[in-house]
Amino acid sequence: MSARLRGYALFAGVAALALVVAPLVLPAFRLDELAKYLCFAIAALGIGLAWGQGGMLTLGQGVFFGLGGYAMAMYLKLHDADGDLPDFMVWSGVEKLPALWKPFESPVVAVVAVVAVPVAVATLLGVLVFRQRVRGAYFAILTQALAAAFGILIVGQQALTGGTNGLTNFYDFFGQDPEADSTQRTMYYVTAVVLGVLYLAARQLVKSRFGRLLVAVRDGEDRVRFLGYNPATVKTVTFAVSAGMAGIAGALFVPVVGIISPSLLDVVPSLELVVAVAVGGRYTLAGAILGAVAMNYAKTSFSEQWAGGWLYLEGALFIVVMTLAPKGAIGLYEQARDALARRRAPAAPAVPVGKEAAA
Amino acid sequence: MESLLNQLPVGLSIGAVLLLIALGLTFTFGQMGVINMAHGEFIMAGSYTAYMLQDWAGGEAVIVALPVAFAVAGALGWVLERAAIRHFYGRPLDTLLLTWGVSLVLQQAARDLFGAPNVQVVAPSWLTGRIELLGGNLPYARLFIMALAAACVVGIWAYMDRSRQGRRMRAVMQNRELAAVSGVATGRVDQLTFFIGSGLAGVAGVALTLIGPVGPSIGTYYIVDAFLVVVAGGLGQLRGAVIAAVALGMLNSYAEFWTDASLAKVIVFAVIVGFLQFRPQGLFVLRSRALT
Amino acid sequence: MSGTEKDAALLEIRGLEVVFDGFRALGGVDLTVERGELRFLIGPNGAGKTTLIDVVTGLTRPAAGSVRFAGTDVAGMREHRIVRLGIGRTFQTSVVFEELSVVENLDLAAGFRRPLPTLLRQRRGVSDTVAAALDTIGLGALADRPAGVLSHGQRQWLEIGMLVAQRPRLLLLDEPVAGMSRDERDRTGELLTEIARDHTVVVVEHDMEFLRRYASQVTVLHEGRVLVEGDVAAVQADPRVQEVYLGRTKKEAA
Repeated sequence: MSARLRGYALFAGVAALALVVAPLVLPAFRLDELAKYLCFAIAALGIGLAWGQGGMLTLGQGVFFGLGGYAMAMYLKLHDADGDLPDFMVWSGVEKLPALWKPFESPVVAVVAVVAVPVAVATLLGVLVFRQRVRGAYFAILTQALAAAFGILIVGQQALTGGTNGLTNFYDFFGQDPEADSTQRTMYYVTAVVLGVLYLAARQLVKSRFGRLLVAVRDGEDRVRFLGYNPATVKTVTFAVSAGMAGIAGALFVPVVGIISPSLLDVVPSLELVVAVAVGGRYTLAGAILGAVAMNYAKTSFSEQWAGGWLYLEGALFIVVMTLAPKGAIGLYEQARDALARRRAPAAPAVPVGKEAAA
Repeated sequence: MESLLNQLPVGLSIGAVLLLIALGLTFTFGQMGVINMAHGEFIMAGSYTAYMLQDWAGGEAVIVALPVAFAVAGALGWVLERAAIRHFYGRPLDTLLLTWGVSLVLQQAARDLFGAPNVQVVAPSWLTGRIELLGGNLPYARLFIMALAAACVVGIWAYMDRSRQGRRMRAVMQNRELAAVSGVATGRVDQLTFFIGSGLAGVAGVALTLIGPVGPSIGTYYIVDAFLVVVAGGLGQLRGAVIAAVALGMLNSYAEFWTDASLAKVIVFAVIVGFLQFRPQGLFVLRSRALT
Repeated sequence: MSGTEKDAALLEIRGLEVVFDGFRALGGVDLTVERGELRFLIGPNGAGKTTLIDVVTGLTRPAAGSVRFAGTDVAGMREHRIVRLGIGRTFQTSVVFEELSVVENLDLAAGFRRPLPTLLRQRRGVSDTVAAALDTIGLGALADRPAGVLSHGQRQWLEIGMLVAQRPRLLLLDEPVAGMSRDERDRTGELLTEIARDHTVVVVEHDMEFLRRYASQVTVLHEGRVLVEGDVAAVQADPRVQEVYLGRTKKEAA
């Protein structure tokens, strides 16, 4: 019971820090940066669920992030154009609004698409792949190939997607000027609250019977079959949920940062999200969030000083984490805590009946 | 019709390059359960080896570079295996992430050493011509790449099928524990496999200088497709890799021809996922009774 | 073939053949298991015992023949569908979920009939099925410990408990006492006797002493075929069995 209370207290503390303290002490542009990190944290949360809990190393979360982001950005572009063609289409010589863009004139369709499109894509891929028992490294490779293909597709379809430049220059976000401090502040609150709500939902999922089943699928997919469950269903549902989270993250990213472009969603950013989760600690949801915020903060601060250096640091950090602390920062913390507890109470609690308590 | 014919050598030579890259991946994956994302940077190392040698060897640099690049990339691979990867055997997902870190560092190192812009390697004069055939063009450079890949495949096949070392390698691939207790020094076999596999990536890197400019991130363009070759061909399967690489190269080149470069990748991806519906473990499978 | 569920035997295997890459692992096996039976399946290494179980549970596809479970042909069905029909099994090397607690393992096994949405709720307390299974296998004291801390024997019992919690109509146990100490074997034998009272059970076993103590009906497989079938005494007395199996174990023991 006390552990549970401690958990609530910690969550309340972090929430207070994020919702009260941060807006008070941080200047507007830093708060906006933090909002950006929280967007990545939402996507990372999905990875924590799919990879940490479900064992599906998804190297293509950028695709779902991008789908959510483009859905939102397409609406904003059409809204700004106000009946005309979006600016970049005019520059590309497009004369008629492409059919793909039509539905995004409606804000409702756009907001629904933010979640629905990534979920649909992930479900389709999941059904095709997991039912055939394609898993582990094969799954990772396929999702990476998807990210590569998607990135190239967006870049290549200049007239449809804005190409390398992506979609940017938004002037009106649901009646607000997206560049205004007040809008930025509001978006920060929205992002933080969405993250908090999704975290609680994900936590509930992990603690539920479904969550236990998911861990069982991760550790022994073939065994789970002989318990009468279809692991493909469990994995597809989880993968779709994580894709939906990435979609939401991408949609929030657009008003927060003011752009969505291929460089935010292909192979490298997808991998960077996974790196962040690994550094924070893949086996806990909090670790995924912590990792995303910390890594993106480090990236921003370090790149301000020495742009090329960040890649060395990121690469080196990753080598070190995978070699020395595969459970990430949270894992290190837990190790330290357990070591401390053992020192305080030297008589380790014995296993009641079990003979040798394998660690 | 003419341009349709012209796509043939393009597809075949891309397939040949993919094959050279995928061979190393499929053997290290099949034998050690390791996914080496830094493999792409061994390609890059091969390309820059040719670039460096061009000052010294001039137009014939490519020929000199082939063995040198094999050695340089092989040595890089060997160092990586000894320093890090061997601690991660049988944990493909962890090696994937670990080696991605290595890949980032190597790419940045190349940027700092050679500069971020692409560089050009001059092909030897006797590789710049082309054969006119049935109204289509067969550039010598692409023919050379196909011949190079064919030679490498024959070499690998002879090595695996005929030499003692190769037999040991196959033994380790099929059953590591059994091979170990039968007196095979599995560690040494692993090192050699890694060396050869990485070396072939270096050779692929030299080949790539014949068909385009090279840059620090050249490896990332090919590594994803090479992994798809491994997935489609089946783990550790020479035959599978050859068929899958050629098929993927052709598919890529014709999909690009009929649609455009950006749709081609999506088509290739869809075809691979479709293919896995029929052969989820790739073209060829090492059979075993074990419950994975 | 017999149509309705009632008059058919629980498990009817006819002319079953399995071929691995040209190697004939099963060459036309016929086997009938009636409701309520406790059947032992023995045979030397490579006789095809595990392969037989693999076919019944969907892990291996037969080349020919039929496997009817309560009148339904299950050959070639997906594994989880066969479990849902009511066939459960354990494996030679026990696979329990080490990160989940003993109760969670059992709860998972008991819960496959729940529709997916109800799985989204958290488990509150212990269901009757799980409590009964926990009681049967005697791991109550370890209920909330992660399964990873269990000893080898305890893991096997947990597996058997998970099997019972599935409430299957047919239980298939693959070498349940392999690698166990004498005490653990005795305990497993008692467990088996208890379970067999209200379940139909097929046990693949190597251990002859265990067989003599707990078996009644025995089927001997040899080189992919049924060699002899009958009660323990008759099977033991059969010269063919002594030749292929018991004779050799005697020599080994000597």
